[in-house]
Amino acid sequence: MAEKVLMKGNEALAEAAIRCGCKRFFGYPITPQTEVAAYMAKRLPKIGGTYMQAESEISAINMVYGAASAGVRAMTSSSSPGISLKTEGISYLIGSDLPCLIINVMRGGPGLGGIQPSQSDYWQATKAPGHGDGHILVFAPSTIQEMVDLVFDAFDLAETYRMPAMILADGMLGQMMEPVVFPEKEVVEHEKPWAANGHQGKREHNIINSLYLKPDELERTNRERFARYEIIKEKEARVEEYLTEDADIIVVAYGATSRIVRAAVKAAREQGIKAGMVRPITVWPFPAKAVAKAAETASRMLCVEMSLGQMVEDVRLAVNGKVPVEFYGRTGGIIPTPAEVLEQIKKIAGGAK
Amino acid sequence: MRKVLFPVIQYCKRLNIICGHYGSGKTNLAVNLVLDLKRQGKDVTLVDLDIVNPYFRSADFTEALESNGIHTINPMYANTNLDIPAIGPEVASVLEQKDRTAVIDVGGDDAGAAALGRYAQQILEDGDYAYFYVINRCRYLTRTPEEAAEILREIEFTSRLKATGVVNNSNVSYQTTSDTIISSIAYAEEVAQRLNLPLVATAYDRRLGKQLEAAGLVSNGYPVEIFVNPPWEEKTKVEL
Repeated sequence: MAEKVLMKGNEALAEAAIRCGCKRFFGYPITPQTEVAAYMAKRLPKIGGTYMQAESEISAINMVYGAASAGVRAMTSSSSPGISLKTEGISYLIGSDLPCLIINVMRGGPGLGGIQPSQSDYWQATKAPGHGDGHILVFAPSTIQEMVDLVFDAFDLAETYRMPAMILADGMLGQMMEPVVFPEKEVVEHEKPWAANGHQGKREHNIINSLYLKPDELERTNRERFARYEIIKEKEARVEEYLTEDADIIVVAYGATSRIVRAAVKAAREQGIKAGMVRPITVWPFPAKAVAKAAETASRMLCVEMSLGQMVEDVRLAVNGKVPVEFYGRTGGIIPTPAEVLEQIKKIAGGAK
Repeated sequence: MRKVLFPVIQYCKRLNIICGHYGSGKTNLAVNLVLDLKRQGKDVTLVDLDIVNPYFRSADFTEALESNGIHTINPMYANTNLDIPAIGPEVASVLEQKDRTAVIDVGGDDAGAAALGRYAQQILEDGDYAYFYVINRCRYLTRTPEEAAEILREIEFTSRLKATGVVNNSNVSYQTTSDTIISSIAYAEEVAQRLNLPLVATAYDRRLGKQLEAAGLVSNGYPVEIFVNPPWEEKTKVEL
């Protein structure tokens, strides 16, 4: 029977991946995600897997590229500056239609930034995970249990749609301890007839490639990929709604920040303010419909992030001017407190019609 | 002010070192111990010797402890944006000054214990120390007594010191119930037996005290305050 255990977020990510049948890990240490790699280094050799500490993030993502090309479940993990280094490889993975898992335990930026938690890589993850036309699936867990559950979904959907998936976590989630239960479900790896894993003289060569000599061929491939993205936007956007039914003020927050917002919303309710929260679980695809729906009943919205305002742009696009969308953010490694967020809610409530 | 001579306090010496798998709850235990030692009238210092965790560590309590007259020593870059696991020279002062009592919170696992190894010789020569191995039955990969015993062997190897007692600190964070504690007792006893060490305490959230005392199953009980909370929860006030 599945029992509840206490785990650190980073370890839970690693253990969940192993339970998904991912036995190939390529990485390079960086705080605050190092425990993902350390856990893999300890566990994978014991279960016939491969842990490879690459000489850089660039080579780590290219090892993932190689493993994924061969149809193997593979992953890498890093924190913000390390993800920047990986973006070239991520673009190649996108261009070659390869599934893999990338973990970003976000820290403060830009540049070397700092090691404290942050959510300032939202733009990078959702808009430009690499150069060129393309997207990756981006999941934004808010609890350690959800990190575990989303690792399972990330591998599954990455293979379903043949594209990289990212778990967009932050240092707070990576470093904290929480109870988790590992789901006892059978993991089914998808058939990969496209994999370059040896044709045994029985089929044509499979070629993994992102280079197209003819522009019309590249345009066609990109258009096909974007048609797939439309299906994903339609089917895979996920969201949690908390006390939204009668909410006058709706706060939008994702990841660890949503834990703080939840406490603030609860406190606002106790003070008679009808507050609610919409929490995107996928940030690409962004749950635009759910956010737009919230704008139909609320009179004002507030987006809270550990950044200077990134997701708020997607919120405003979804709301499309229907109601004002305010923003509150802390950055540089500062975690907003429930009291600060409550203060913002009260301020907005004061101005609400 | 609570001034109870819990069994674990009787096991304490001048230097009280806390090690364990990370996530066993060392920091929460360290903060409780340092407060209880202060309540006994000792001149106490809390040393954060953790070079592994970037945050969520005993340095988080510096201000609260200092305001209660408890001295603290932290790695100079603890809780900053710098990832430099450096330990300052001040740590040696608690080893030198024999009239000071200290609780030393060591980083998790063998990796964290390496920092302690640097002081092993001096601690051995001093001799007036307790070295507690904190265990948590709910912690992944330390769920069997064999696994828990193995981790101490790794910790002892890098810290170059032998543990003197086991502290059962079994918990599943905010989902801990009295059953969590009760079902950990046999495990803790077996870990202690395997290691040939005394089980000096079973720590538990003091709010579970009534149920546990009624069950009468916990010997060497150590009711503690939960100070280590996630950022969205209200902080428990640190006071004597």
